[in-house]
Amino acid sequence: MKELKIFGIVAVFTLILYWGVEPFAHSQMHKHVEGHGLVYDGKADIKEASKDRKEIEKKFWNDVAQISKLKGDPVAGEATFAMCAGCHMKGAANMGGVTPPSLDHAGAIYDKNFLIALIKDPALATNVAHKYPVGGTIAHPMGPVMTMVTAPQDIANVVAYLKAKKAGEVTPKEAYIEACSRCHANRYGHLTQLGEIPKTKSNIKTGQDIGALKYKEKVAEEQASLAEYLGTLPPDLSIMIRARNEHFMHVFVENPQSELPGTAMPRTGLDKEGMEKVMAYLEKTGDPSKPKREAVGPWVLLFFFIFSILAYLWKKSMWKGHH
Amino acid sequence: MAHFDENAKPFSHKWMNERLAVDTLKRVLSTEYWIPKNINFLWAMGMVLAATFGVLLISGIFLLMYYQPNTHLAFDSVNYTIMSEVGYGWLWRHVHAVGASVVFLIIYIHMFTGIYYGSYKRGRELIWLSGMLLFVLFSAEAFSGYMLPWGQMSYWAGMVITNLFSGGSLHANGLVEWIRGDYVPGQAFLNRFFMLHVLLVPLAIIGVIVLHFGTLRIPHVNNQEGEEFDFEESAEMYKAGDVKHSKVIPFSPVFLSKDIFVMGIYFIIFFYLVFYHFEFAMDPVNFDPANGLKTPTHIYPEWYFLWSYEILRPFSTNVGLIAFAFAQMIFFFLPFLDRSPNVAPAKRRGLFNLWFWALLIDMIVLTFMGKLPPEGIWSTVGFVAALTFIGLWILLPIITIKEKKL
Repeated sequence: MKELKIFGIVAVFTLILYWGVEPFAHSQMHKHVEGHGLVYDGKADIKEASKDRKEIEKKFWNDVAQISKLKGDPVAGEATFAMCAGCHMKGAANMGGVTPPSLDHAGAIYDKNFLIALIKDPALATNVAHKYPVGGTIAHPMGPVMTMVTAPQDIANVVAYLKAKKAGEVTPKEAYIEACSRCHANRYGHLTQLGEIPKTKSNIKTGQDIGALKYKEKVAEEQASLAEYLGTLPPDLSIMIRARNEHFMHVFVENPQSELPGTAMPRTGLDKEGMEKVMAYLEKTGDPSKPKREAVGPWVLLFFFIFSILAYLWKKSMWKGHH
Repeated sequence: MAHFDENAKPFSHKWMNERLAVDTLKRVLSTEYWIPKNINFLWAMGMVLAATFGVLLISGIFLLMYYQPNTHLAFDSVNYTIMSEVGYGWLWRHVHAVGASVVFLIIYIHMFTGIYYGSYKRGRELIWLSGMLLFVLFSAEAFSGYMLPWGQMSYWAGMVITNLFSGGSLHANGLVEWIRGDYVPGQAFLNRFFMLHVLLVPLAIIGVIVLHFGTLRIPHVNNQEGEEFDFEESAEMYKAGDVKHSKVIPFSPVFLSKDIFVMGIYFIIFFYLVFYHFEFAMDPVNFDPANGLKTPTHIYPEWYFLWSYEILRPFSTNVGLIAFAFAQMIFFFLPFLDRSPNVAPAKRRGLFNLWFWALLIDMIVLTFMGKLPPEGIWSTVGFVAALTFIGLWILLPIITIKEKKL
């Protein structure tokens, strides 16, 4: 029993030590930020906004709420969407820094309110209005939409169309490519800002792979325009899931400004399904051993349980008559 | 030359005995290596440490087969090649990372056990000194290993720690550059720390482990009450069959049977951490690749260096460096600063008991503060704890010289 008492003392000190250097220290180093449950009603934006911008934010999100109440017509929306398709298509070229997404599964992975807000005012919807001050030199690359689709009913129609036709089953990888990969490479997932790295072959006589070199050049150019536009090259997300914890990732993706005020990263507007899929993909590239750990772990522990029982019996027999 | 029986079959018992004295070796090193009976599980920590070192060595060998000591490749060789392309690479890496952290926990338990029971007193000074030498070598091993994944924390910890060698106002920048092999941590830096981590330091550790075992053999292991008794007499009693009244047990198999049981329990906890709770041993910041143009918001060492880091931090540069050097060295002097002749558990030693728990708690407080950002109340607490640490060591000779002889 004396041994158990000593073990208790050692265990208590060890746990206090752990608590101090892990949960406690980290809670002090990174202030805990709560997410808003993937509800895009602008509450956080209004709260964060400086005094002179509060009214603008309030009015904007109020308008979004009004449009959200309208019943959208997918058929009419499809016709209006033709205007969008000029940029939002497969193989689109870089425009003002980024390449427009093709929106194949936009209806499945993005929130309805967010899409409405995005068409109404892309900078406000993505919470990066600070990058485009009035009278500034750069405009939001999607800015022109504000002169193309303006009527509340038209916006509601386009969103209804996206939700009805541009949805469907989406894999974690597709969700990741659509939502993140135009800015963030994921080298462990073999993705660049231009998508999947194509298979190329070396010339057997020279050992040089001209296809790969040309692709590298294209990626470098894309990265240069991204870095020019955003001020820095967005980080590779291969193992971001381990560099930041899951809670941080959730809150950050939902509203980047809440964790990193002033960041150039726009809000992505993922809904519950989209967020789950993106996180699943980040876990796949960042922590691929998880399923294997869970499979092997119990067996190793079982081995040491049996080992300890046998060792205990051996110890008992060895110490017999010693006390 | 000794006599060799020409009829002995090669590798037979007799043949081996004539050449290697296997019977004598076995007797001296295990069956008649006497250990006191009055001990608790804390006496198994030495073997637990040896086992953990073995686990680190084996997992390290597997990692070494795929690791690339190149600033462009190191990060991905660890985080991609080993984690997703090598069969069970993730297991070896997590075992290595958890082992590196847990080995320090056991070292500290082992050290504080020695301090509590007075196992560094007259006759046992060399056990303590060789143990402290191992502590320093393990620290070097941990630090050099931490550079290898070449993440943000590797790079910046390397930058901060090597900067210490500039000696504050001495401005010995030449020395810092000589250590780094460059103005900032780079390829030369990574290569030399790789060499230290996989060759020179482990080699030294193995040598000093042998020395540490050797220093134990003559003074014998201490016991729970610090009782001094005649080992020869007790050994004779044991050999005569009176195992009940003898105060000793043979290292093998009696002591070992308990060690192995303790190791079993230890490895349950160890592998629980490896499979389900390894994050504590792998700092998130180090999953961002090294970037010399981007300083992380918080730079802190691994938990086992935090207490001495906190003794460095709250002072001005020069005073801090002196305090830091003091903290690094002072444990070596313990056998000579404790002036009391009593070999007994701290609880029977009056003021020393208070000193022991004060030191332990102070070092835990320093550890907490070493990780927290040095702001507001935290820097005050850290400053007071650092002064307390120095004060406690100044007090030690005074309180022990006054200690009554038991």
